[in-house]
Amino acid sequence: MLITCPYCGPRDVIEFTYQGDGNRERPDPASQNFEAWNAYVYDRLNPAGDHNEIWQHSGGCRTHLRVVRNTLTHEISSVAFVRGDHASTARRKAEDKA
Amino acid sequence: MVERQSPLEPEFHVGSHGNFEHGVEILLTETRPGSIVQLAAWPGEEKKLIAAIRSVTVLALPDGAGGGSSDGVKSVFGFAPGKFTVADEAEGLAAAFAKAVTPAIGTVTDLSHGRTAIRIAGPKAEWVLAKFFTIDFALPAFPVGAGRSTAHHDVFAQIQRTGADQFDIYVFRSFARSFWNALCHASEEVGYEVQ
Ligand SMILES: [Zn+2]
Repeated sequence: MLITCPYCGPRDVIEFTYQGDGNRERPDPASQNFEAWNAYVYDRLNPAGDHNEIWQHSGGCRTHLRVVRNTLTHEISSVAFVRGDHASTARRKAEDKA
Repeated sequence: MVERQSPLEPEFHVGSHGNFEHGVEILLTETRPGSIVQLAAWPGEEKKLIAAIRSVTVLALPDGAGGGSSDGVKSVFGFAPGKFTVADEAEGLAAAFAKAVTPAIGTVTDLSHGRTAIRIAGPKAEWVLAKFFTIDFALPAFPVGAGRSTAHHDVFAQIQRTGADQFDIYVFRSFARSFWNALCHASEEVGYEVQ
């Protein structure tokens, strides 16, 4: 499986670390809403198809990435920096993609 | 200044090794830069950091992710968004950048004692490195001056191409001897010389 890092270009999956489900929304750290915390920790969509995921390019530029991966085919349809303000440094052109 | 010891020293054997009867196709050496510095810009301050790099090193960074350049004495390349590695044969780079990179622009980290720089050169350099790293070493995909962040068995490596068939690899000092041994083994089949 290849993930096309917006900074580094296409790289083997061994360079990346899965950082979890990208659909979760973390409650405010001061929140006492146990249902919201329970949902954050345990509730997962577990779709058979496109899935929003967070990956880190831990063996490369070390940025965190929003990845949409198809859980049936492993096809990756989109990769973007989690931090939007990194977008200006993503200069790899589409033709560089694997 | 304190004499800096090489972590490679017990395994650094000058001369020709491996299958070199038909010629040496790999040169391995340690470049031992006096300074290795890592620079990081705060969000939105990247252009100011690039200007500071130019003022300190006189090297202009080409546009693009992983862009870099080298004049043979000083080298610079991007390894992550807004982050750059700079090396210099001379000591004192961190002090120079501490003046040029104000706290409002970004950070300066002196890695001179934290990284070991290994140079691999020769007609089989791409071939040997391709056995280590899952990146494209072909010249059109990895131009001269450019840098890449990658890893070999969890040994994080920053690689700069400093010639058509020459690469400088920056690895953690504590992993350097092990990585050097692996590089020597991988070079045996084509014949290598340690200089
Ligand atoms: Zn990357």
